Parts: sequence; C-alpha cells; structure tokens
Amino acid sequence: MKIHEHQAKALLAEFGIPVPKGGVATTPAEAKKIASELGGKVAIKAQVYAGGRGKAGGIKVANTPEEAEKLAGQMLGTRLVTHQTTPEGVPVGKVLVEKAIEVQRELYLSIIVDNASRMPVMMASEAGGMDIEEVARVSPEKILKVYLDLATGFQAFQGRKLAYGMNLSPAEIRPATSLMTNLYKLFQAKDCSLAEINPLVVTTDGELLALDAKLNFDDNALFRHSDIEQLHDLEQEDPLEAKANELGIKNYIKMDGNIGCMVNGAGLAMAVMDLITQAGGRPANFLDTGTVNDTGRIVNAFKLFTTDPNVKAILVNIFGGITRVDVIAQGIVEAHKQIDCRLPLVIRLAGTNVDEGKRIIAESEIKFVEATDFYDTARKAVETAKGGSK
Amino acid sequence: MSILIDEKTRLLVQGITGSEGSFHTQRCIEYGTKVVAGVTPGKGGSEILGVPVFNTVEMAVKETRANASMIFVPPAFAADAILEAADAGIPLVVCITEGIPVLDMVMVHNYLKDKSTRLIGPNCPGLISPGKCKAGLMAGEIHLPGNVGVVSRSGTLTYETVAQLTSLGIGQSTCVGIGGDPLPGSTFADILKLFQKDKDTKAVVLIGEIGGTAEQEAAKFIKEKMTKPVVAFVAGATAPPGRRMGHAGAIISGSSGRAQDKMAALADAGAIIAPSPAEIGLTMKKMLETKS
Repeated sequence: MKIHEHQAKALLAEFGIPVPKGGVATTPAEAKKIASELGGKVAIKAQVYAGGRGKAGGIKVANTPEEAEKLAGQMLGTRLVTHQTTPEGVPVGKVLVEKAIEVQRELYLSIIVDNASRMPVMMASEAGGMDIEEVARVSPEKILKVYLDLATGFQAFQGRKLAYGMNLSPAEIRPATSLMTNLYKLFQAKDCSLAEINPLVVTTDGELLALDAKLNFDDNALFRHSDIEQLHDLEQEDPLEAKANELGIKNYIKMDGNIGCMVNGAGLAMAVMDLITQAGGRPANFLDTGTVNDTGRIVNAFKLFTTDPNVKAILVNIFGGITRVDVIAQGIVEAHKQIDCRLPLVIRLAGTNVDEGKRIIAESEIKFVEATDFYDTARKAVETAKGGSK
Repeated sequence: MSILIDEKTRLLVQGITGSEGSFHTQRCIEYGTKVVAGVTPGKGGSEILGVPVFNTVEMAVKETRANASMIFVPPAFAADAILEAADAGIPLVVCITEGIPVLDMVMVHNYLKDKSTRLIGPNCPGLISPGKCKAGLMAGEIHLPGNVGVVSRSGTLTYETVAQLTSLGIGQSTCVGIGGDPLPGSTFADILKLFQKDKDTKAVVLIGEIGGTAEQEAAKFIKEKMTKPVVAFVAGATAPPGRRMGHAGAIISGSSGRAQDKMAALADAGAIIAPSPAEIGLTMKKMLETKS
C-alpha cells in the first residue's frame, strides 16, 4: 500500500528523521496561508501516488504567498500525468507547501527486503536525485549496501560504513548514522515494503534533511497497522481497482481489453491472459479470486465485470484445490440472481468438487458456453467477445 | 522413489480443526496419507476425523513420531506455527497459509538457518507423490504415478499442468508447489537439486512466474548441475508490469522480473520452453519421445 509524501514525512518526523517545515493545503487560500507562515521561498508539491512529478510540472517554487496561492490553484483539482501514470493521470487533491531548502548535496537512502538474501537491505548513494536508477545501472559501485539482521537490528558500524562511504564530512557522520537507525526502526515497526528518501539532502547549513520520501507498506501486515491502513487514498487508484478494493477483491488489475477474466490463482490467471493474447484477444483485467470459499466474492467479481463498460464477455476458469468448485458455481448462480448480467459467459471448471459444481451450473438457468480444456477456454472467450462487440 | 514425501511420511496438521484444515486433512486421508496427529492449542485431548489432537507440536511428535507437518494456521499466527514445528525437530514443514507478512518470513528464515527443517511455502498448494502421499490441496485424482517431477510457484497452474501430463499418460514422481511469496522456504534450485538426485525422476517440469529472480537462479543450477531434461514455462508475458517499488526495487533486481527475460535465461541453460501454457504437457511428451 502506498501513502502520500506528506504522510510519509509525518511518519519520518515521528521517528526522529528531520524533514522540511511545511503543511498540506486543499485550497489555494490554504496554500497562501501556509506560505506566509513559513515566510520566504516555498515549494508547492502535488500529492499523488506517482513518481516523476518534477519533470511533469507537479513541483513548483513560489517566491511569495500570492505566487504560492496561484501555483497551488493551477495544480489542485487537475490530473497530473507523469511517466509512471496512465495517460489519464492521477488527481491532485492536495498540495504540500514546504519551506524551500538550499541544497549542498543530494544523497540517496532506502530500505527494501532483498529476496535473494531474505534480509532487509539498506542502500545508500552519494549520487542521489532523479537519476539514481541510471547510476545503479551504469556505476553499480556507487550504490552502497548493508544487509540487516533482524536479530541484531541496525548497528552503528553499518551506519558509519554508509556515511563514510558517501564521503560525508566528520560533523555529518553521527547525524547520518542516527537518521539511518531511525529509518530502520520505522521500516520494522510499520512493516514497510519500501522506505526511500530520495533525495536525502545536506543543506548549505550542513544539516541532513529528507527532502522527498516514499513509504510503501506490506499489504499482508496491514491487519496490525490500522493507523496506516486508514491513510490509503482510494482517489489515487484506477476507479475500477478502487471499486474492487471496496468490494473486498484485492487481486484485481484493470487492463485494456474486453474479456473479463475470473480465475483462481495468480499463476493460472496470468497464464489465461497469455493464452487469450495468443488466441488474438485482450483481457479486460487480471482477477485472482484468491482462496476464500465464499459466494459473496464471486458475486462481487460479477458486479465488477458489469461495471466495466469495456467487458464484452466473461471468462471463468477455475481449477479447484483449496478453492471448491461447487462454491464458485453457487457464486455464479447467486450473481445472476442478484444482478442483471447479460454478458456472454464462457466457463471451464476442474478440480476439487468439480462434478457438484457442474451440476449446480447446469441446473440453473444461466446461459453459458462450456469450455473443455485450457486453450479451448481462451479461444471460445475470444470468439464470444468478438461476437458480442458486433 | 520420489522426493520429500512417500509411504513413510507421518503427517501432522497444524490448524486441523479449522474449516480448511479439516476439509483438506480429510481429503489427504482419503488419498492414503498417514495423518497421525493434529495440533490446535486448547483442543488437545480431542479427536477429529479419527486423528488425535494435541495442544503443542512437541507433544504430538513425542506421541506419534510425526515427521512432516502441514500448516493451515491463519496468517497472523502462521510464522509462530512454522517456528514451533521446526523447534520440535520436524524435518519437513509445508505451510499452506497465504498472506504472511514479509518481515515475519524474514524472521522465520533467520530462525531456520541453523535448523535441519526444510520449509515448503508459504502461500503454496503443498506437494504430492502420486500413489504414495499427499500433503496439500491438490485434487489427488488428476495425478498419475510416474517419472516426471513438477515444481512450480503457482498452485492452480500446477494442477492445470498435471492434468495435461496425466491426460497424455505421463505420470509424476512428485509435484511440489513452492508457493508464490517473495521469500519461499524452498526455491526452484532447492527442489531441482532433489529431483536431480532422485533416481525415479527422469525429467522435470518447471513453472515460473513474473517477478523476482528465482527462475534465473534455477537456470544457473540447470546449466551447471542438472543432467536431467527440464521443460519450462513462465507465466505473465502479457501481464501488466508489476507495481513499482520506488527506485529501490529497480536497483535491486533490474529488469530480471520479466517473463521474457526468465524464459530466455532458462532456454540458455538448456531447458525446453513450452510455447504456451496449454502445451506444457505436449512439450514434455515430445521431449520424452525424442529422448527414447
């Protein structure tokens, strides 16, 4: 799960990491007020769940409160398109107004779990800023890494290794080490999947400051962080993905095709999408029903399909294991009772309790095309979707 | 022979009294698995499906000599369940549970470093040695005893693959679902190593997915150590690119997560790539025919 920059900075501050002074505005008037309180030059930063804001016009500098008001007005209520967003962009509902910082150096600092070593890794570089990925590609030796053992936690020597490695001045070593320790504490305490400060700046006054920050959280751990979960801004998600989330369907990704896919298991769902593409069609979505055996989720999946105007046919491919095919079948029948779904339906069922599942569907009044094997399912769905769009 | 489980496996089920736990325990028993014990704290002394229930894994092992555990405990308590099984000295732990926090798994791996316990999963369908033992969720009837090993990150795509193999008359030695989580207990390379040693496994099917670098590590093992033929498929060539994990994600793994890169690495290592997920069985059949 992602959160906004201003929320990430509030968490950093809570864990003792210095951030610029500032406030959040949802109207131009608020932006003006914050700017006049801060005094002097301020930065106006669009709060969106996407990187690449600077190049896309989502970060501007204002010299006066009046200019802050004007720039905030130009951003608020618009949609920002960056290289990381869809062409429709993401809505700018609030801006962060921050005291402008005189920067001496731009560094990079992050923590992520490294799958290969199965440990969190802290990465630091003296070449922070917008081109850090290019730095990593061209000169990987400029990215310093220390691996973190949960049993010992982050140790001061690891901090010194990174701080001296980034060629910080003697006076900056201690504050840098303590900042890193605090970032690790935050990462662990809040079950982050990513904690990234880029850039971490040294100001002209020689102070270390998190000028930008990105925190992502492990979805699987949100059950123990209700404070974090409530920060989630559904406005930033694709409307259908937000709707899926609201309906309790976590594994839904909107795509650009016209075949609504309901599959159990992520691997099988991806394989179905691969096959649809090979058969000359395009999936409208990725949807993994997950392993919960309740008919409600299936009904909700059908609600999603009928909400998506692009969907011309529905493909159901279920290979039961922990998922029981009879429960899925009941869900499909229930969905057709509850909602007016006239989309053509291609169904393929196999695995745990398949006979019972097929009987339930056959005894209902649902019209559907039965598919026998894997490729047949994709081919029939592609044909059906073409027929439906005529 | 087979790997990891066979007729000698004495299975314990942690979370046996839950709805999923009891449903799948029953199906394992019906398949012929020796389920010797269940563990649910607070329900010790009772019995379910004719299986005695204990309060702790340690007591269960002492009383029943269980030598493998299958875990159906909810995500918030699953890491604890894995540690309990390892602490009791169980050599094979199969964790079915989906949704365990990543940092809990970091802790589990740290604990398992000095233990002899092998973990399969979490977030996996378990494993089956057809005709001998099933410690998982897969429908037993789609399997056929034989000589092809199957290892996969995906549960349901494994069922699909097995059904293809069986319908072509190709039996399986053992099918292992290593699970879809970023930090699995056993990796592709770990399981390939076991198949390479198993004299009844003649060939292996490997089914990967986008994300991570596990397929590249498998490719390295295949290239350097594997003499048995491998048929591979990686799902997700047409999937949308993964959710971006800041710059850090790109720095740590580059572009190695793409299906195309993974299939190229496996092909370069000598694996035969199935042209589509519907042709994994057929690709294996052709390969076996060319060999013989």
